Amino acid sequence: MPVYSEKVMEHFQNPRNVGEIEGADGVGELGNPTCGDIMKIYIKVKDDKIDDVKFKTFGCGAAIATSSMVTELVKGKTLEDAEMVSNAAVAEALDGLPPVKMHCSNLAADALHLAIEDYRARKAGKGPIGKVETPEHDEDGHDLSEHA
Amino acid sequence: MKIRNFDHFAATRMRPEVKEAMESFFIDEYGNPQSIHTLGDEPREALGKARNQSAELLNAALNEVIFTGSGSESNNLAIKGTAFARMDKGKHMIVSKIEHFSVLNAIKSLSRLGFEFSEIAVDKYGSVDPGDVKNALRKDTILVSITHASNEIGTIQDIKEISKIVHENSAAYMHVDANTSCGFIETDVKDMGADMLSASPHRFYGPKGTGLFYLKKGIRIMPLIDGGIQEFGRRTGTENIPAIAGIGVACELAKKELKDRTAHLLPIQKAIKDGVLGSLDEVYLNGHPEHRLPNNLNFVVKYIEGESMLMWLNNNGIMTASGSACTSKILKSSHVLNAIGVDPALAQGSLLISLGEDNTLEDAEYFVKELPPIVKKLRQMSPLYNANS
Repeated sequence: MPVYSEKVMEHFQNPRNVGEIEGADGVGELGNPTCGDIMKIYIKVKDDKIDDVKFKTFGCGAAIATSSMVTELVKGKTLEDAEMVSNAAVAEALDGLPPVKMHCSNLAADALHLAIEDYRARKAGKGPIGKVETPEHDEDGHDLSEHA
Repeated sequence: MKIRNFDHFAATRMRPEVKEAMESFFIDEYGNPQSIHTLGDEPREALGKARNQSAELLNAALNEVIFTGSGSESNNLAIKGTAFARMDKGKHMIVSKIEHFSVLNAIKSLSRLGFEFSEIAVDKYGSVDPGDVKNALRKDTILVSITHASNEIGTIQDIKEISKIVHENSAAYMHVDANTSCGFIETDVKDMGADMLSASPHRFYGPKGTGLFYLKKGIRIMPLIDGGIQEFGRRTGTENIPAIAGIGVACELAKKELKDRTAHLLPIQKAIKDGVLGSLDEVYLNGHPEHRLPNNLNFVVKYIEGESMLMWLNNNGIMTASGSACTSKILKSSHVLNAIGVDPALAQGSLLISLGEDNTLEDAEYFVKELPPIVKKLRQMSPLYNANS
């Protein structure tokens, strides 16, 4: 098992905002079951702010902890501010992640951004954007599909 | 919290008898067994004794037993040693798709030097069909290397039949990777018809950093380490006498206790298997239902990922392993599960259990009680669970 920070362990064991939002305004889902991580983030938007946010994650300890952390970081924030939260910021808020986990399991902010994108697409009448499959990668984060 | 080891393939606790046999050779009897003088006497005697104990476990002759540094080294010695010694005869080898990485990566290295390989597919239980080995044999096949029992799914191969086919139809050598099976089921080299066999004493309560290698008289391999005369010139370098003394005792105990070990492990294995399959939906057992090691179980738990399951089990004092991509360190899910047809997404939820002498029926009960709430918790969190239920 990788060595996780206390904060990662705390979020893994007590994940915040687990679940779905019925009638969500935006949903972001990304990942690849072959790599072992799928994240789905639901947002409820009110006055251009994230009124509520929930997640469901299939994945390792880091995937669960980053999902939990991103929901905590953006709850109540304006969409603009939420879009500024990066994967790196999520990892930093968790006192870091093991290097091997930085690429594969640190996608929670991307999933959130996707949820915001989805919200905007729906609002613009372009409909939901659906699932995004991330490419498989090796231990250095190199995209395996490039070499296939 | 009480630590319960369900991951004996990673580490077993050395038996006190093993440690005791090793102790005097660190400081008191530190001599070199090759010395003519008195300092060499005790170590030389220990070396001979350990060789005898090891030979008895494998049913080998004394000069057919070679001490190495690991199971991986023994596998490499069999494969590369044969390749380099017999390349004038041919450059083709046969292995199964579910071999250990020390076999698969050794052949990968050799393929860069112009060697060719056939990888035999296995059925859904992980069994090699001896007929497939026969079909893969060629005039230039110099080695067939098959694992006796899988280190992931526990399936035991019909080595006797495979050896017979190899020897009747070719001049290839037969190497048996018994690194997982030795010490838990019979590994009689004569009965198996093995030309070479690798075993891993740390898997059966011996010291780590040790390996055992059987090389049948008359079988020609090139050493990987050239040097002096140690280990009949097949594995040179000053002998690690404390470790070798430990290997000897681990082998003696294994021979003596083999039947008792199975008798102890089978009810625990059964209790876990029945308990897990009986209390959880959409959990599947991998490996052969009957022809499997008494100390291994491998499950796939649908909709959740292995590492998070391992972390929760660890929280409850249960040490296990998984074949998921996240736990593999190379971020690829198990090639063994892939070879038996487990979907890569499902392989993420693999749970690998390996039992040992310290496990009890109470451990099994505890495991069966602790696992379902963890699975439930992680499934409730999983986007795949809702999507499919």
